[in-house]
Amino acid sequence: MHIFKKNPILPSEITPHAIYTRRREFLKLPIGLIIAGMLPEAQAKLGPGKASAFSTTETPTSLKNVTSYNNFYEFGTDKADPAAYAHTLRTKPWTVSIEGLVKKPRTLGMEDILKLAPLEERIYRLRCVEGWSMVIPWLGFPLASLLRQVEPLGSARYVEFITAVQPDTMPGVHRGVLDWPYTEGLRLDEAMHPLTIMAAGLYGDALPNQNGAPLRLVVPWKYGFKSGKSIVKIRFTDREPRTTWMKSSPTEYGFYSNVNPAVDHPRWSQANERRIGEFFKQKTLPFNGYADQVAQLYSGLDLRKYF
Amino acid sequence: MNSRKLKPTGLKLFVFSASLVPLGWYTWGIQTENLGANPIEAVTRGLGTWTLNLLLITLAATPLQHYTRWTWPLTIRRMLGLFAFFYACLHLITYLWFDQFFDWLAIAKDIFKRPFITVGMAAFLLLIPLAATSNRQSIRKLGGRRWQQLHRIIYLCGVLAVLHYTWMVKADISNPLIYWTILAALLSVRALWKIKNRSF
Repeated sequence: MHIFKKNPILPSEITPHAIYTRRREFLKLPIGLIIAGMLPEAQAKLGPGKASAFSTTETPTSLKNVTSYNNFYEFGTDKADPAAYAHTLRTKPWTVSIEGLVKKPRTLGMEDILKLAPLEERIYRLRCVEGWSMVIPWLGFPLASLLRQVEPLGSARYVEFITAVQPDTMPGVHRGVLDWPYTEGLRLDEAMHPLTIMAAGLYGDALPNQNGAPLRLVVPWKYGFKSGKSIVKIRFTDREPRTTWMKSSPTEYGFYSNVNPAVDHPRWSQANERRIGEFFKQKTLPFNGYADQVAQLYSGLDLRKYF
Repeated sequence: MNSRKLKPTGLKLFVFSASLVPLGWYTWGIQTENLGANPIEAVTRGLGTWTLNLLLITLAATPLQHYTRWTWPLTIRRMLGLFAFFYACLHLITYLWFDQFFDWLAIAKDIFKRPFITVGMAAFLLLIPLAATSNRQSIRKLGGRRWQQLHRIIYLCGVLAVLHYTWMVKADISNPLIYWTILAALLSVRALWKIKNRSF
């Protein structure tokens, strides 16, 4: 009687027919392909990347929201523009030249850059100057490991980041909304800080173009615009670089642009932020919640004056 | 007599329904999560945009009547103006509620410290007496001339509203410039009539 009992196998445990019928396909594959498939280089995915103690435990913003709500003015000033138009961006081949006050100026290909350091997953908060924020699982490596390649001179005190201009793929650069190429800058100690990374991916995959493929800066304690996208040049200087937003509106955007709820943007308060995907606003934290790691960089600096 | 009365009613019904389309669009968009990553921002800005659109459409009614000699623009002018006020109310509510969550101190600070909020609020406050006197009794009470003088405030509302939009924008002022161009055209034709009337 026993054998007439109800079948205990759940439908979900049964191999789907489509996979079942393909059960011998891998036998037909050349052995080399099978081995290659097991090597990390052959994987389409860039990640997952080493876990990092710098990562937040907050829930990451959905991939859809991270990749559809972007400020990347080269592709248009509407937040939906980058997702709509950035697919044309040419990211291969890609080189980054590092120059200025360095002993060994170099131009590195993307493939070599990715070999400099193991990729880590850094789940960071991102606070936009406009008053919204996200939590993004970046895939990247410390900027310091890239900067060390060129042996900066003792006179170097700042690092300038110059981003790509591709007039044929970027409709926005034909308009004088900002001064192209988009440039940003950091003080050398900010650039060398372990929180500062170059991201090559997010959510375990290569960066989508609208998020700044193939390589972008991420400085989590500063407003989002400091984290330049699609970087092509890094220059060491002895003078504070004048960034694109400083040129556009010097009273509104300072060189430091550290997230600071106590210093308002002239046109709106910075005390609160709306986390994308959430209804209620939350309080903005000094240095975007990274004060323990970075506040000492600014001891003695009047953050109201150097906003 | 009857047919003359029916015609504007059909037109009014159409304008009434059409003016509700933007509200329907945003309501539907929230229901279906179709407004992108930041739906509250999309609704707030969308309602502001439609306040501006309706203000300019209202301001276009008289010039349209003047140049075409059609009378229908004047029969829907009041309704359009009231819809502009309706969207201004919704726009203000989204700000008070979803942006500030009725934190009155923060709202007060915003109004006094942020020029773009100051002019936006001024435009709204100036619309209130216009909306409140948009009826026959008020015209009778005030007298046609005084009523008309009062309602010229809408020109100032238009200027303040477009200024509010311009000062809100971050770097790309191409859209505000379109509104400035249209507003300038609508106000300058009026200035032109005035000059003409004087010289003759």
